[in-house]
Amino acid sequence: MAIHPKEQRLVLKYADEPGYTPHIDSYLAHGGYDMLKKAVTMEPQAIIDEVKASTLRGRGGAGFPCGLKWSFVDRKSGKPIYLICNCDESEPGTFKDRQIVHKDPHQLIEGMMISCFANNVAKAFIYIREEMPYGAKILDQAILEAKEKGFVGDNVLGSGYSCDIVVHRGAAAYICGEETGLIESLEGKRANPRIKPPYFPAVLGLYNCPTIVNNVETLCNAVHILDLGAEGFKKIGRPNNAGTRIWCVSGGVQRPGYYEVGEMTLGELVYDVCGGPLPGRSIKAIIPGGSSMKILKNGERYKGKNPDGSEYDWGLEDIPLDYDGIAAAGSMSGSGGMMVLDDTVSIPAALANLMAFYSHESCGQCTPCREGSLWLKKITSRMVHGQARPEDVDLMLDVAGQIAGRTICAFGFAVAWPVQSYIAKFEDEFREYAAHLSDPNADRQAIKELACNG
Amino acid sequence: MAEEKKDNLITVNIDGQDLQVPPGTNMVEAVKMLGKEVPHYCYHPKLSIAGNCRMCLVEMGMPGKDRATGEPMLNEDGTPKIMWMPGPAIACGTNAAPGMHIKTNSQKAIESRESVTEFLLINHPLDCPICDQAGECKLQEFSASHGRGYSRFVEEKNVKPKRTRLGPRVTLDDERCILCSRCIRFSQEVAKDDVLGFTDRGSYSTLTCFPGKELANNYSLNTVDICPVGALTSTDFRFKMRVWFLKETKSIDFESSVGCNTVVSSREGKVYRVTPRRNDEVNDTWMPDSGRELYKQIEAEDRLSYSTVNGVGTSAVEALKAAAELLKGEGVAIVASGRNTVEEQFVLKQIADQVNAKGVYLVARYGEDDGILISKDRNPNVRGALATGLISDLPAEQLSVLGSQIDSGEVKTVLAAKEDLVAAGLSEEQLKKLKLVAIDTHATATTRNADVAIAGLTQFEKSGTLINQQFRIQKFHKAIPGPVGSIDDLAALSAIQASLSGETYPSVVGTVWEKIAAEGSIFEGLSFKGIADTGVLLDGSAFSGLAFVEGKSLHFEPQVVEVAKG
Repeated sequence: MAIHPKEQRLVLKYADEPGYTPHIDSYLAHGGYDMLKKAVTMEPQAIIDEVKASTLRGRGGAGFPCGLKWSFVDRKSGKPIYLICNCDESEPGTFKDRQIVHKDPHQLIEGMMISCFANNVAKAFIYIREEMPYGAKILDQAILEAKEKGFVGDNVLGSGYSCDIVVHRGAAAYICGEETGLIESLEGKRANPRIKPPYFPAVLGLYNCPTIVNNVETLCNAVHILDLGAEGFKKIGRPNNAGTRIWCVSGGVQRPGYYEVGEMTLGELVYDVCGGPLPGRSIKAIIPGGSSMKILKNGERYKGKNPDGSEYDWGLEDIPLDYDGIAAAGSMSGSGGMMVLDDTVSIPAALANLMAFYSHESCGQCTPCREGSLWLKKITSRMVHGQARPEDVDLMLDVAGQIAGRTICAFGFAVAWPVQSYIAKFEDEFREYAAHLSDPNADRQAIKELACNG
Repeated sequence: MAEEKKDNLITVNIDGQDLQVPPGTNMVEAVKMLGKEVPHYCYHPKLSIAGNCRMCLVEMGMPGKDRATGEPMLNEDGTPKIMWMPGPAIACGTNAAPGMHIKTNSQKAIESRESVTEFLLINHPLDCPICDQAGECKLQEFSASHGRGYSRFVEEKNVKPKRTRLGPRVTLDDERCILCSRCIRFSQEVAKDDVLGFTDRGSYSTLTCFPGKELANNYSLNTVDICPVGALTSTDFRFKMRVWFLKETKSIDFESSVGCNTVVSSREGKVYRVTPRRNDEVNDTWMPDSGRELYKQIEAEDRLSYSTVNGVGTSAVEALKAAAELLKGEGVAIVASGRNTVEEQFVLKQIADQVNAKGVYLVARYGEDDGILISKDRNPNVRGALATGLISDLPAEQLSVLGSQIDSGEVKTVLAAKEDLVAAGLSEEQLKKLKLVAIDTHATATTRNADVAIAGLTQFEKSGTLINQQFRIQKFHKAIPGPVGSIDDLAALSAIQASLSGETYPSVVGTVWEKIAAEGSIFEGLSFKGIADTGVLLDGSAFSGLAFVEGKSLHFEPQVVEVAKG
């Protein structure tokens, strides 16, 4: 894929260069593993401090500061500390980690080894999505290559430090990407997320040992923080949003794909980089960070106060493309899976599709999510099948409200937020369904397939 | 907030009321201490915390601390400022911490419970009229107390397997299951037989046995007891009786020296089921399946329903007269049982002294222990025989000593109380040489050969006490009357003792206890009424030299017999 001039590539810097392969020689030819060589000469705490100072935030979804996460790890328990790379990229609309794994696996391994060294980890796992069999093969091969060169395994680069990396193929469920569900799955059990308290991974994680779980992109950034230094890294992007982010743009744009950018607005990405909507269409709404995030409606004004007291008043295209910018607009940047909905999309049908997905992926452990998600699927599916009732819109809001914040894991929010935000922004479309009982112009077969694929 | 802290207790505040609890107390239990209830399904005091039903959601807050100074934040009136969490928290997963505040009845908590109740009911079949759990169903109770009373669900309910045979004793209805996972956790954590799990996902999750496995362990029916709904039902009890008609009587499991506390449920003189009764010192809330089957002996075909003298049916009064006459003869020996109650054993000791018995024997029963709630000693009350002085050493499995006494002519008369002498190693020829008085509930070779056979009672038809492996004396009560023509064992023995001694003798448990407790023995100061429902621990140190056979089980560590060190 050609690199757009407005991109600022760091993690995917070499991935798309002609002739660049996943083989270790390609990586070494581009300065690979130099940072690991530097790291093993440093004090582990100095690396942690550097990552903390870089204000790197997690790229997996919640955007939690990485250095802070590392600082929570219980280092006094005497138990081994584990590091898990969360490569279960299963949020609909997200495909960035796949690029890294497929094209530049050694960067991930180097990032992991730096992080492992910093946190005194002797065994690390890459939990890779079951649906990425090719990626798992590439990683296995890459680890072999790295072991041969002494970057992974016993006595890394002669430093006396040893750490092994194990690739574990996931159990093919959305919930396997939830931190504690992933840990359960890695232990060989059903990926039922754990209750917190007491099972905070930093204290009681994998095999009840302190555990760090980081996203692929986050771990890769450890390499670049050592390379650029915390200060250099912070120069990319706005304060508290340091570093580049890989955005996965899909849906109604001319050039969907993945784009790694620094400081930029949503409009620049969608209109300049991705070429805007398809000819003759217009953008109706954007889901900024994977399917569970709240929808942003085009044409709406996003107003509020900045922390410094100044006021902002953005259109959709003015929203700064980072954690705080999208949060200020009322949504979240999530996993960077941006879905663009153009004017051909029926919002209730899109919601029905999404609810089919979430009810299918609810692990079924706790009551509100288990029952609420399927109920919402049944309502939305009935709705787009021409049997909407006037009371359905309020009922859906009620059901979503009964799920959000009452579940074991954040999946409850992932179910509730789309319902709440779609209805908040497009209530008239839902009311229309209810008023006419059905949409006379709807392609009934298409809607049926859309709504019932769960 | 109360200022004083005693015994490391900490103060928490529940609905505005301060309460002192040990640190780490589960908030469901803490609320219970106040006499209130946080409704819950998945939480069980004896299982790990799952936190999945979300019924126990409450509002929770902690005293705030100023981030900059670390100083406690105070309200204007000087009380600590409570920082309430934005979302509700599960009480079962929340452990008491100093200053913790919870609200169990705030608008948010009530709304949370109503939501969970609505969710649990949308795919539930609502078949209470044909469900065995009705009347003791948590879902039914909480739907009434915490539900909205109407349904907003117009879609089709999920369809799941019905009437699944999980094992020989347990039947599953998956549509009723609320997926609380209590049964799964019980199988893993208590029964140590991990055979249950969920298949499928989301609302289609289905409880099932692992392929090729079945729920067949001897504790499988506990899953039925702890199932909060009618998903797991006892195949034996299914459709037999509505639970609200059942009379509950506190009892004890007779199958081994563990002495599980039980509840016998009966109606109009018929026992329908036996379930465990909570005793945190003995059996927690569990009991073996085998102990629940014992009620079936009540109506067994070979049950004795009248007494006989020389094989001819007669009244109990006549039989007792004839028995006393026989026992006035020469060379009397007594075979008592580890299944006799303490009171019966006490009166048997009186009889033994009265007739100057040539020997007093007990018949030992040994089996494999399961390390949970069945011990090697399958007699529930050997320690009672020791404590009453009826015997002074542990019994043997065979009556070979008595056999040689019979052969030598030393013993000419035997009183057998609830034991079959042939099963214990004597031959029918040896019995024919004897004058034999037998008290029993069922026909045996002994009762067939007895000169006087007295129809006695099963443990469900009488009251009494037993001493378990911990030397804990526990009482059980009469649940149903015995068959017409039978006589209470204790009354029969007392009548015999009265005839032998020529003096009146108490014939019911309560009055016999006046004699037992007056002995200056380890029973001193006790009375039948005074024994708590969960038993009283006796001082068994006088018997510490005996090599009891019991191994480790729940709440029991065998006493190591001290070996002198050279």
